[in-house]
Amino acid sequence: MNAPAPAIELRNITKRFGAKVVANKDVCLTANRGEILSILGENGSGKTTLMNMIAGIYFPDEGQIFIDGEEVVIASPKDAFDYKIGMIHQHFKLVDVFSAAENVVLGLNEKEPYNLKTATERVREISEQYGFELDPTKKIYEMSVSEKQTVEIVKVLYRGADILILDEPTAVLTPQETQKLFAVLRRMRDAGKAIIIITHKLHEVLSLSDRVTVLRKGEYAGTVITAETNETQLTEMMVGEKVNLNIHRSEPKDLTPRLEVHHINCSNREGVKMLDDVSFVANAGEILGIAGIAGSGQRELLEAIAGLQRLDSGAVLYNNPQTGKMDNLTTKTPLQIRELGVRLSFVPEDRLGMGLVANMDIVDNMMLRSYRRGHSMFLERKKPKELAEHIIEELQVVTPGASTPVRRLSGGNVQKVLLGREIAASPTVLMAAYPVRGLDIGASHTVYRLLNEQKEKGVAVIFVGEDLDVLLELCDRIMVIGSGHITGTVDARSATKEEIGLLMTKTAAAEDGGESHG
Amino acid sequence: MITSFISTSIPLGVPLLYGSVGEILTEKSGHLNLGIPGIMYVGAISGVIGAFLYENACGNDLARMNPWLTVLIPLLSCIVGSVLMGLVYSFLTVTLRANQNVTGLAITTFGIGLGNFFGGSLIKLVDSDMPSIILTKTSSLFRKSLPFADDLGWFGEIFLSHDFLTYLAIAIAVVASFVLTRTRVGLNLRAVGENPATADAAGINVTAYKYIATGIGSAVAGLGGLQYVMAYANGVWSNNAFGDRGWMAIALVIFALWKPNMALIGSFLFGALCNVNNYIQGLGTATQELFKMLPYVVTILVLVVISMRKKREHQPPAHLGLPYFREER
Repeated sequence: MNAPAPAIELRNITKRFGAKVVANKDVCLTANRGEILSILGENGSGKTTLMNMIAGIYFPDEGQIFIDGEEVVIASPKDAFDYKIGMIHQHFKLVDVFSAAENVVLGLNEKEPYNLKTATERVREISEQYGFELDPTKKIYEMSVSEKQTVEIVKVLYRGADILILDEPTAVLTPQETQKLFAVLRRMRDAGKAIIIITHKLHEVLSLSDRVTVLRKGEYAGTVITAETNETQLTEMMVGEKVNLNIHRSEPKDLTPRLEVHHINCSNREGVKMLDDVSFVANAGEILGIAGIAGSGQRELLEAIAGLQRLDSGAVLYNNPQTGKMDNLTTKTPLQIRELGVRLSFVPEDRLGMGLVANMDIVDNMMLRSYRRGHSMFLERKKPKELAEHIIEELQVVTPGASTPVRRLSGGNVQKVLLGREIAASPTVLMAAYPVRGLDIGASHTVYRLLNEQKEKGVAVIFVGEDLDVLLELCDRIMVIGSGHITGTVDARSATKEEIGLLMTKTAAAEDGGESHG
Repeated sequence: MITSFISTSIPLGVPLLYGSVGEILTEKSGHLNLGIPGIMYVGAISGVIGAFLYENACGNDLARMNPWLTVLIPLLSCIVGSVLMGLVYSFLTVTLRANQNVTGLAITTFGIGLGNFFGGSLIKLVDSDMPSIILTKTSSLFRKSLPFADDLGWFGEIFLSHDFLTYLAIAIAVVASFVLTRTRVGLNLRAVGENPATADAAGINVTAYKYIATGIGSAVAGLGGLQYVMAYANGVWSNNAFGDRGWMAIALVIFALWKPNMALIGSFLFGALCNVNNYIQGLGTATQELFKMLPYVVTILVLVVISMRKKREHQPPAHLGLPYFREER
């Protein structure tokens, strides 16, 4: 490839929040047309902040931005549009009650009068041009996550953007949806657009991008050509030291059945069957992985065990190690389950919705589990405070202090607080749904280590994951769920990715066959 | 009897229509303006002050009063008064990001106090026997209806016999409905109320939209106060006579599901509900008060029904009542 023209160039960008926090320091990068550039870095390394400065959300304190060789000032999102920069945020910026087309034309200052019909047509044209599947009249709140993302991409394309920034676009997508997105991005690259993608998934960086710029703790760590690098080198650049990417897995010992699930069925609020005759046993001292396409019933299954889901039929039995008896948890509420002496910890998928209260500080969030203890009518704050401080120290939570509202923490740190609290309850069953979603390598490995420690202590760990490589490396057994069915259980030490993928898609294929009229 | 029931219900609904359309415009920008009762009250007293000064300047002689100025002066002073109140509210809630509920209630308390202060001062000024100011001359112009309305029987009485502010209210509601649903400005305004961060990222000036929506909303609501004094009450101002119409207008916003065209139907329905007790013979005082509760009972029923049928389009703007700050992390 002969030297392409740089579409955008950043020189020595520095951004501070307040006096203490330096989010970016002297960062330089160039993105060319007809190229995909990855920005790689751990959580809190300033990737998003940097991109927000290009998109006009934040304003840099120092440094220069050049577009097509000319220095520019991007003071607002509107300026960014004028320079044909479009950003797809990690948290979608869409109005829920508007249709896709309405969201696309929002805020535009077109000369011709506003007409929803022509806008709808234009959206349809763009979708066809790049091969999106999108109904422009569909309301956002009726859409899946990947459809919403499509709307975001169409939105920037409609504005004629030729520099596209995507902030962790795959964090919420299934592997299939990710492949579709990558195909679209490659098509856009071939159409001569400059694409910048923020991610911390190394295999995505390697398979998609042409060059990689690495940030470390807000500082520029270097740029490499993807074809000339590998996972180890990139990790080293990101973390600043050699990291062992292998997940430690110990041999399970003293396996005893802890949790038995017998033929459970359950339906969601619309009456759609979410779990269909699910039976399995979770053993103490092993990690049971659950694999499956997102929305196949993983969430319902965990909630059913935790006492949050009403079952249509079936039973959840708990082999109580203290009494040696079998307790039936089927119709119990979480509080009743706890009163039985069952120590069940649940790390839900929705961390700030079900797991923690975003506006409360770390200490108060610790108390959510312990507020019933204590003998006086006043709350006991000392122990939760000690626990919070212990977790912050042990798990290296990055926070100004124990009295910081949880919403101010980054995703990885939120997860550490939640996991720390659940583990501190010394559970006998630990259920974690997508605990490493959105976490960087360092934080992910902390989570794996914690889960392994629990397993070695004789806890029955249930791990719902999406990354098959991780499932295969971390778990002892992997149960595959498809459309609410258990389609198979494999030994994680001998199974292959293809085998699991087949089990995941087997039901999907069977379903497609069933819907052949469509 | 039915004709007269309908034709007397309409004027009861008009202040509510102004108030609720004004509040809808404000709420669409994400601001729950509980100051509307106070703003309507200030709108009314500002109009009264304007009219009072002009009548006095002309020596209380209708012949010397220019009919255009007689109408325009109260109209403009009403708008200025209510927009100023709206600006105080927006400054506190948009720029300083104060709590909207507290600010709104403060504006209402303040507005009613302000109205009563000036009302009382004017009454003292004219040294009248009765605790009220009477602006019959101005009112007579405000109450002018189409001259041929009386010749058209029931049709004329129901549809044509009203003052111009009644028709203006309907026109404003229709225009507001059109702007909100069919124009770019409306789309942008709705986006600001639903999700200001999204609107901001889309290049919409969120602060400007909030200020302008609150300002226009306050002006519209203020006109409701003016219509009440000049047309409905025949130009007679007495302190606290406006009653709880402002609160009813806010209840009406929920009834109307944040749609100005629904507010049109709702306000005249509320007007009729307020009027029922006058048309049922032989009601005791206690029963009359029970009947006066009807509009609120209907609002509660509507709330119950819309929360049972959870349609997203019928919910209040998602960011209603919450402050917006771009760099919040």
